[in-house]
Amino acid sequence: MIALLVISHSAEVARGICSIAAQMAGPSVPLEGCGGTEEGALGTSVPAILEAMERLMARSEGLVVVPDLGSAVLAARTAREMIEGGAERIVIADGPVLEGTVLAAVEASVGAGLERVASVVGEARDLKKTQD
Amino acid sequence: MNLDVQGMLKAIDAIGTTLEAHKDYLTDLDSAIGDADHGINMNRGFTKVREKVSQGTYGDLGAILKDVAMTLMSSVGGASGPLYGTFFMRMSMKLAGLQAADASSLAAAMEEGLKGIVALGKAQLEDKTMVDALSPAVEALKKAAGTGASLTEALEAAVLAAQAGMESTVPLVARKGRASYLGKRSVGHQDPGATSTYLILSTLLMSLKEVA
Repeated sequence: MIALLVISHSAEVARGICSIAAQMAGPSVPLEGCGGTEEGALGTSVPAILEAMERLMARSEGLVVVPDLGSAVLAARTAREMIEGGAERIVIADGPVLEGTVLAAVEASVGAGLERVASVVGEARDLKKTQD
Repeated sequence: MNLDVQGMLKAIDAIGTTLEAHKDYLTDLDSAIGDADHGINMNRGFTKVREKVSQGTYGDLGAILKDVAMTLMSSVGGASGPLYGTFFMRMSMKLAGLQAADASSLAAAMEEGLKGIVALGKAQLEDKTMVDALSPAVEALKKAAGTGASLTEALEAAVLAAQAGMESTVPLVARKGRASYLGKRSVGHQDPGATSTYLILSTLLMSLKEVA
């Protein structure tokens, strides 16, 4: 099973997106949100991301990270560089953070592999929300 | 005069003081083209750094900069956390085991730090980022070190280059970070990251001159 980590500048956003994705994907997909600095301000914390990565990697075959804005990407890359073993099984995906996480979680729940789950995050860009 | 363990600790404390004094200035620059938190973030980061290193006992430069790096990564919050964190982490690897740095060892360490920043943020010159200040500074430092300049002389050249690089960001269109969302509206504003880089380097020089 592929795991998902949502990184947002806001802890509430990260948590909320995970709740929405979990509702769609069911409890089988390892899913965590990580947001805010150590003091709870808006931002990201590399050590907190690293810890979340390690927890999720221990429960999965690979990890797709979905960051919200640019500096979350930098924090994710830095944490991936610091992880001991398995960095090649972590993909930082590029796409809309909410829609991408929901689609990727559904994809992971049906047993898709690391590359597929990561690419679905990008495909969420073409998702037509109004459907008209 | 080389940069030894005591000199480095003193410089880090001085950098904290400078960033605290320039907190509003950096935040104002960032509110024009970013998310208005650079000064707050850098001040928070270096306040934590000062707390951390004041509690430590250090035998070499690498160990100090490693603590600086890890503290910035966990406390800064914005993109400058991973970026400056990576900068100091790469420097710490280069300075591991060294009790003092001369111009060429500091140049080599800063070049390694710059490489880390570029690998992480993928910024090139003229993207309107800290690289616009740091890259010419590292070049100047290397060049001066190559001609046998003292650390102070080499850093003087580096600070001048960083200042020119910082000022050169004003007319640029941002191509990286939150400012890039503004496109052409970013023109006419000095980049906050390039400014904090200049402030850090100029404070390092000032602190070194005071010791001498």
